[in-house]
Amino acid sequence: MKNVCFVFFVLLGGLTACFQAPEKRVLPILGERDISPAGDTIYREIPDFAFIDQDSQLVTNATFDDKVYVVDFFFIHCPTICPRVKKNGLRIYEKYKDDTRVVLLSHSIDTKNDTVAALRRHAEKLGIETQRWHLVTGEKDAIYGIADDYFSVATENPDAPGGFDHSGRLILVDKKRRVRSFCDGTDAKDVDRFMKDIDLLLEEQFRQ
Amino acid sequence: MVFRQLLATLLFLGTFTLVSCENHPYREGERLYKANCANCHMDSGEGLGALIPPLAGADYLRLNREKLPCVLRYGLQDTIVVNGKIYAETMPGATKLSEIHITNILNYVNTAWGNANEPYRLDEVRMLLENCAE
Repeated sequence: MKNVCFVFFVLLGGLTACFQAPEKRVLPILGERDISPAGDTIYREIPDFAFIDQDSQLVTNATFDDKVYVVDFFFIHCPTICPRVKKNGLRIYEKYKDDTRVVLLSHSIDTKNDTVAALRRHAEKLGIETQRWHLVTGEKDAIYGIADDYFSVATENPDAPGGFDHSGRLILVDKKRRVRSFCDGTDAKDVDRFMKDIDLLLEEQFRQ
Repeated sequence: MVFRQLLATLLFLGTFTLVSCENHPYREGERLYKANCANCHMDSGEGLGALIPPLAGADYLRLNREKLPCVLRYGLQDTIVVNGKIYAETMPGATKLSEIHITNILNYVNTAWGNANEPYRLDEVRMLLENCAE
């Protein structure tokens, strides 16, 4: 009889465990943080920026007000990883094409060759709409500087293929200018995981 | 009994080898393709939008057989038409590849992803490379 009771309780325990809702995963806020004199945590934010996109429009932080956005760094005549990153970027673009809460932002690091006209031609060939995916250029130092803020790498290097070193990272930024996730944009599986993170962030930031 | 088991194992291994050979007749070409070409033309030869032409099912391969070794080595600056679509981006050449490398890649590309174009011989590639219009 004791044994039967024991089995019963084990089973009951198992059942309750099943009914408990699994704890919801929350995306971390990435980067260094400070503590204010009042004792509040200050998270790192993307600073103010102003760039020009393929339609000659000014793109600033205000462009992404009340949106989450996905960032990368590329250049048009990139012989290495860029096409793969663009291909995966297109997957994200297609998935959220009709969802105005998600926007993509690609910075060209070849400020000499990737003029607005060149970016426009590139966008047309990718078949993308400006409002959903901005390809931007700007002051060289501003572009290279902001790459650091997004924890991405962009430097000029005459020895690198195409003349630039850069990472193929895709970076997810939330409504409060904070970096919340990133992935290797050349790796389709990692991008799958990243798109789940986008969904998670949308759920967190647009809760009714 | 032992003999039977051995026979079965051999048969199994034999079939396995046969199947894998059938799938990848140009393994070295595949390896070189992934290292030198796949970043732009992608692993399955599908290319990228109107920027990078596909290789899978591309009529260009069949129609420009004699040009292909030079295209690999020196790249492309001209506008080309692939399956009726215009592509105008520059293709960088792979100047460091040897004639053997180029032959291997061409044979992989011309037989992968459903392509069924005639394979290249090394002496043929060598001859074609000597006559590239620069």
